[in-house]
Amino acid sequence: MKKKDNILKKIANKAYEFGFVSKIKTEVIEKGLNEDVIRLISGKKNEPEWLLEFRLEAYRHWLTMEMPRWAHLDIPPIDYQAISYYADPLKKNKEKNKEIDPELMKTFEKLGIPLEERLALSGTAVDAVMDSVSVKTTFKEELKEKGIIFCSMSEAVQEYPDLVRRYLGTVVNYRDNFYAALNTAVFSDGSFVYIPKGVRCPMELSTYFRINAANTGQFERTLIVADDDSYVSYLEGCTAPMRDENQLHAAIVEIVVNNNAEVKYSTVQNWYPGDSEGKGGVYNFVTKRGDCRGTNSKLSWTQVETGSAITWKYPSCILRGDNSQGEFYSVALTNNFQQADTGTKMIHLGKNTRSTIISKGISAGRSQNSYRGLVRVSKNAEGARNYSQCDSLLLGDKCGAHTFPYMDIHNNSAVIEHEATTSKISEDQLFYCNQRGIGTEEAIGLIVNGYAKEVLNKLPMEFAIEAQKLLSVSLEGAVG
Amino acid sequence: MSQEQEYIDIFEQNRSLVEGHCAALLNKARGNAAARFKAAGFPGLKDEDWLHSNVAGKFAVNYGMNLGRVEVKADSRTLFTCDVPNLNTHQAFIVNDTFCAVKGNSKELPEGVLLASLNDVARNNPSLLEPYYNSLAKDGDSIAQFNTMFAQDGLLLYIPRNTAVDDTIQVVTLLQANVEMLSNRRLLVILEENSSASLLVCDHSSMEKQTLSTQVTEIFIGRGASLDLYELEETAYSNTRLGQLFVRQDSDSRFNHNGITLTNGFTRNYVNVSLEGCGAEASVNGLVIGDKDQHTDNRTLVDHKVGNCCSNELYKYILDDKSTGVFAGKMLIRPNAQHTVSQQTNRNLCLTSGAHMYAQPQLEIYADDVKCSHGSTVGQLDENALFYMQQRGIPADEARHLLMYAFAGEVIDNIRIEALRDRLHMLVEKRLRGELNHCKGCALCK
Repeated sequence: MKKKDNILKKIANKAYEFGFVSKIKTEVIEKGLNEDVIRLISGKKNEPEWLLEFRLEAYRHWLTMEMPRWAHLDIPPIDYQAISYYADPLKKNKEKNKEIDPELMKTFEKLGIPLEERLALSGTAVDAVMDSVSVKTTFKEELKEKGIIFCSMSEAVQEYPDLVRRYLGTVVNYRDNFYAALNTAVFSDGSFVYIPKGVRCPMELSTYFRINAANTGQFERTLIVADDDSYVSYLEGCTAPMRDENQLHAAIVEIVVNNNAEVKYSTVQNWYPGDSEGKGGVYNFVTKRGDCRGTNSKLSWTQVETGSAITWKYPSCILRGDNSQGEFYSVALTNNFQQADTGTKMIHLGKNTRSTIISKGISAGRSQNSYRGLVRVSKNAEGARNYSQCDSLLLGDKCGAHTFPYMDIHNNSAVIEHEATTSKISEDQLFYCNQRGIGTEEAIGLIVNGYAKEVLNKLPMEFAIEAQKLLSVSLEGAVG
Repeated sequence: MSQEQEYIDIFEQNRSLVEGHCAALLNKARGNAAARFKAAGFPGLKDEDWLHSNVAGKFAVNYGMNLGRVEVKADSRTLFTCDVPNLNTHQAFIVNDTFCAVKGNSKELPEGVLLASLNDVARNNPSLLEPYYNSLAKDGDSIAQFNTMFAQDGLLLYIPRNTAVDDTIQVVTLLQANVEMLSNRRLLVILEENSSASLLVCDHSSMEKQTLSTQVTEIFIGRGASLDLYELEETAYSNTRLGQLFVRQDSDSRFNHNGITLTNGFTRNYVNVSLEGCGAEASVNGLVIGDKDQHTDNRTLVDHKVGNCCSNELYKYILDDKSTGVFAGKMLIRPNAQHTVSQQTNRNLCLTSGAHMYAQPQLEIYADDVKCSHGSTVGQLDENALFYMQQRGIPADEARHLLMYAFAGEVIDNIRIEALRDRLHMLVEKRLRGELNHCKGCALCK
């Protein structure tokens, strides 16, 4: 037992690997939020009039809204006027020349994201977003040959205004929720992806998000459009420096999937979770939604959530097209004082739509981990099928694991199944491993990885290794 | 004027009338309840616990309330001649909210057992009820407060220590009036150490007028005691039932609950079982058969406050026509409730596209050394099973009935009283065949 405790301490004290701060000259606008700030952001990005109007409308609506309180989270009051809504690490350099600040390059090197063509080896195109601005997008030209658009949102607004205007806000309306309205009002950058008809994207597209500047929030917006018969796999990763104060991250991801198209969206979320006393950390309030508009369309969400002090996130699928499919695979890990309320929504509207939900929660320390998911089958969704499985693993007696599934069924031909279990790592499993010469620490890693395997298997290769490492770093020895 | 205000005004204007007929113990709780009701109001659709049950509208009808305790002329003996064959019961009646004694009851209850009017006992022996009355419901939602505010009578069942009541105690609640009627019933059940009983509460009404009844039941199960509670609702489509059941279990006690809704209008049952002593065991089950536009909402909370307890939950719904079913069951495992074993199952059959099912099986767990699971399904009858039966010469309709009957059977088989189990099998079969509107047991239904 003693040995186990020691391991626990060792692991618990392990510092957040990505907690460094980069000394990059960053232009940060004044704190606070009002219409002038929105005009300023819009002006800085040289946005067209319609987009400014769109932002202002959202802002006015946001003013009438209240922060949602229904989640199983204890969210301290957030002063939205104490946050700076725009930070631009490129600013100073832009004035000198077009080169990227070497510090910035170093930052992304440290994160293990080489922005240069080294990535050719791994076959991934990266859009790196630091604070409010997309820093660099690789492989743009190669992709362009196939007609694929992969660029920052600001660039897309300038270069493909029609496409952006046609799709922006059609999946996540600014009226949707408090954070969606806030994001729509102040979103700074993000990625834009367009896969034309019949194109199978030859490489994985990836965005790396990093909050660097202090007292800023990050409000990025990602829009992915997969036209008929296309396919894309998109990866998203995020980190932030260790700071004592909390940072706000409120993003929107919108995905449009047309006829016979398929989108695979994978996230490894590793924002700074706060220290072992629960001080600091990122508040991660994200709205992610995909609209499977076309027949036979497919959208698959895979997420590994290990970071953030508070996570409020429900990647959802609107299964509008007939025979469309939605998938959600999630591993959510909370330790120390982290809180997570995450899950998905599967809205079955079309005929013969199918959805699968596999959620694996792991709680350790004093954390609270909740799964909250909705499966709705509308009146006309003949032949809908859903299978949900939500398992929770408790490591320690001070943490909590909760399951709140909602099933709203309005069609008698639906077949809906939900099951959930909660347990801890059994002594028998540990004993079995120990007996075979596998140390407790390693055994726990093995068991947890085995437990999460169903989800990790769904991740693209690049991420699967990172995710596995993340899990073992945060978990091994967490059994007290 | 808001609806809440109307009822608050009725309460304030008639407070002396209400209190004049009631024991001090009942009156003592009213003020606080009224204040809490005033502050909270009727639950709205934005209230997570009432998400799918719009109850506020149900109170909008201009109901009559028997605040002046006008005696209901009802001879229960002629009203209700039971009923379940081969079941010896101790019977009691509650007409609207008034306890009616049955003269010449067939059997004597064991010594010390009280089956009486709550108001009478509260008046004659307040010290017996003082520690119990409203001690659980006081933290309830605004409907519980509403009931406490107006409750004037109901039933008391008291079983002293080391006493076993072998025969089932049957309480029949009847709604009877010539006008739209609102009644607020109150049931208090106290089982002292090592006692045991089984209680059958049947809800009846065949009125065509709109009726609404709120019912708060508080049950205290002492150390080593055991209670089987069967609640059977066979009311009318015009009836609204808002039931609230609060149970506190001491160590090594056992509680088995079966709530069966066969015929109803709008029903919302809330069951709150609090396991407060080690080794307590609770089994909470329910069966709902709905058609037309029946609405049945079952909400349960099994609160594991200490460790080494065990709970089991099984709810099944069969929904036809445009009926709506809501199930929200929560199992709460508190931080120190280690070694809890808890399981929850919810299975639902939707027979038509007009039927709606909302299911929310929930787990809230703060202890690690526990075994908890839940499962929920919504679907239809198994096509393969139907085919199999048809292949063997069973007509499609009959096969369908057999399968539904078997589906319901799993809940009914939990019933420990054989005669009642048989009777319910029969009732459910009739209900599924659409032959049952009433129980045929009481004069009302004959």
